[in-house]
Amino acid sequence: MSTQTDDTRAARAGLVPCWSCKGPVAGQALFCHTCGAIQPPGQIDRFRRLGIEPDFDLDLDVIERRYLGFQRAIHPDRFAAKPAKERALSEAQAVALNEAYETLKDPLRRAAYLLSLKGVDASVSKDETVRDPELLMEAMEAREALMEATSIEKVEKLQAKAGAEAIAILSDLSKAFASGDLKAANRLTTRLKYLRKYLEETRTRRIALEQPEGSA
Amino acid sequence: MLLQIHEPGETPEPHAQERGIAIGIDLGTTNSVVAAVDGEQPEVLRDAHGDGLIPSVVALMPDGVVVGREAQALRANNPDRVISSIKRLMGRGVHDVKSLAGVLPYKIAASGDSVGMVRLEVAGRSVTPIEMSAEILKAVKARAEQSLGQDVTQAVVTVPAYFDDAARSATKDAAKLAGLDVLRLVNEPTAAALAYGLDTGAEGVYAIYDLGGGTFDISLLRLQKGVFQVLATGGDSALGGDDFDHALAEWAIAQSGITGLDQSSAGSLLLAARAAKEALTGADTATLRTEVAGRKVEQAVARGTFEAMIAPLIQRTVRACRQVLDDAQVGAKDIQGVVLVGGSTRVPLVRRKVEEFFGCAPLADINPDEVVAVGAALQAKALTRGSDTLLLDVIPLSLGIETVGGIVEKVIDRNTPIPVAKAQDFTTYQDGQTGMLVHVVQGERETVDACRSLGRFELLGIPPMVAGAARIQVTFAVDADGLLTVSAMEKTTGIRAEIAVKPSYGLSDSEMADMLRDSLVHAREDMEQRLLIEARVEAERVLLALNAALAADGALLTQPERAGIDSAIAKLRHAIKGEDRDVINAAVEGLDHATHAFAQRRMDRAVAQALKGHSLDEVEASMATDPTPDRSRPGRPDAAR
Repeated sequence: MSTQTDDTRAARAGLVPCWSCKGPVAGQALFCHTCGAIQPPGQIDRFRRLGIEPDFDLDLDVIERRYLGFQRAIHPDRFAAKPAKERALSEAQAVALNEAYETLKDPLRRAAYLLSLKGVDASVSKDETVRDPELLMEAMEAREALMEATSIEKVEKLQAKAGAEAIAILSDLSKAFASGDLKAANRLTTRLKYLRKYLEETRTRRIALEQPEGSA
Repeated sequence: MLLQIHEPGETPEPHAQERGIAIGIDLGTTNSVVAAVDGEQPEVLRDAHGDGLIPSVVALMPDGVVVGREAQALRANNPDRVISSIKRLMGRGVHDVKSLAGVLPYKIAASGDSVGMVRLEVAGRSVTPIEMSAEILKAVKARAEQSLGQDVTQAVVTVPAYFDDAARSATKDAAKLAGLDVLRLVNEPTAAALAYGLDTGAEGVYAIYDLGGGTFDISLLRLQKGVFQVLATGGDSALGGDDFDHALAEWAIAQSGITGLDQSSAGSLLLAARAAKEALTGADTATLRTEVAGRKVEQAVARGTFEAMIAPLIQRTVRACRQVLDDAQVGAKDIQGVVLVGGSTRVPLVRRKVEEFFGCAPLADINPDEVVAVGAALQAKALTRGSDTLLLDVIPLSLGIETVGGIVEKVIDRNTPIPVAKAQDFTTYQDGQTGMLVHVVQGERETVDACRSLGRFELLGIPPMVAGAARIQVTFAVDADGLLTVSAMEKTTGIRAEIAVKPSYGLSDSEMADMLRDSLVHAREDMEQRLLIEARVEAERVLLALNAALAADGALLTQPERAGIDSAIAKLRHAIKGEDRDVINAAVEGLDHATHAFAQRRMDRAVAQALKGHSLDEVEASMATDPTPDRSRPGRPDAAR
């Protein structure tokens, strides 16, 4: 009989039973070491899913390599001829892997996720309006400047300025996380989110100026 | 009893060999092509004359359906019975098509229903684009079976990368109607890249510029060590060589001053325009010759004139190219090469503009008409017989739901790798609201009207609460075919609702069932046979897993215990040889019961070891099977990109 205590003990040991051969498997293993069956994607954070410790600074080449390496093993194309159960598990693994990859490779999502791991809700979701009145004011002025920019050169200038600031924020973010200053990290993340949105608007504006028939 | 030991992840598939060769199909707007890997190399399957193209033309004649060249030949005398370019209507709704009416050579069936799938009026019959595509696929399947000399039931079918969910699921339904099991829908540019990359061993970032008869796709892919990773994709699902023909035809009509074009002469005018367009690829001038309303039209056209007509259309493709570069954050100078796909890339101005934009001469060494089917065949082989290559694709258009005020809230952004699942929370906006309509849309614009509606469903039974108190979690899941399933759940109560998104423009399940019955593809016996095969496969899986477990931990069993398990194994082996799936399932259950204590003991021992003497890390190190040793450790120069 499987009892509550057994399950708890197994969980403490980091083990789960394999769905196929019922033997012990490490919680984060992709495959059972005994019978070779693909396992469900356990509950681990997105950094550890790609085999790295949670940190804002990371080596993107390592992320890419791990991602492609794991994809080679678990992608649904590898399981197309397998029974439904294994196909579903491979899809679940690929979904979890893609989620981890998408989060880690983008500094904005990575920062927001890291904050959430540390218990800070960075609210990078789009429906959230900016709460910082100073940033709000600045955003309104920047938008006005963009609407008033009537030449591609002027738009490009605004674009370059915002782009440079977005890049500069990355090193500030890195420092904030390194020193454990989560409040600063949160503020910088919000600011980066705003800059991203603004850069998107500059692109739209640029396209509108390039096509005479299209309006803004 | 013999023990079999397999490498992790390589448990053999018991009935994989029972199936024949899986084919790759490029279901095109103008032509379709089928290829297969029979042996090592992919090959386009041709007719007796060596022709690889099957015109995507269907003729509904009184004595039966005709497809391909023969159908094309029937057009002149039976213009109202012959349908072409049906791909442009896949997944389209009635109102989508209204804007195209007059342009397309179809008669749209009058229907009071303004939301349903579009139907065509052909030879007095009302038919759907799905059925017509199924007819083309049946002809493709027949060509393959004749060429390979065996039955074909499995296929990879390509779709434009820019196809939305409705068009994808319509394509899959068409294949099902034709008696084909779709292993995977693959995006056309990705398939082309696969064929091209494998042929040349290319590495780096490549652009695939695919201009077909009715669709335009542009995709950026990174090729490295056998992985084909799509970085971004874009395009226009209603732009292609057909539009060049239309531009030329309209010009010719305007020049000649003829009015009152009927359906039959419009068809022949378009054919004449296409012939003139093709002639202009090699010559500086061509003459468009046809007969309209009894009057001869003969219009000389210079290449420059033609190019001026189509330049705005090509400019649209260039704009899409710029967008994907932006999306992928890649500069035009980072592109290693541009691969041209689709017959319309033969137009010299297209080549010039592509070269101008990307700054490098485009590659077209593989026949642009056949490269997609070749890639599909390679993928079909990879899915059925394994491969060293891997395709990682993305979703082409953002997915979202309608919120208050007709604003779209995006749930999954375009160019996200698939498969993907994302959940987002929404809430009620009225006190006491007990239902919520979930309207799923696809597109990049911010308002619902400017996006494509994919489907609506309702989550009912939300307990009355104050506005904003309910937590409704909407989950979008896109599978490896790029097909979407949406589910919604009220979190405080656990009430659920789910749809596979297809109702708006696809066939309803009952329509599908009717059609399948009509075509006699899947009889009841088939179903029974399938369930029996599935039971056998599952039983074999259980036996293999148990063999592995016994090989590893058999020492944990006493002799009588082992004897008990062995006898349950023998029973199951016997059952598998029989024809009764209930007996097989019962034997599987019996074996499960017989091995319960064994499984428990295996777990207990591992847990005890983990929690006692050994540190957790050691246990994990011995158990976590990382099947992909990081082949390229830092220091490999080619790894740094």
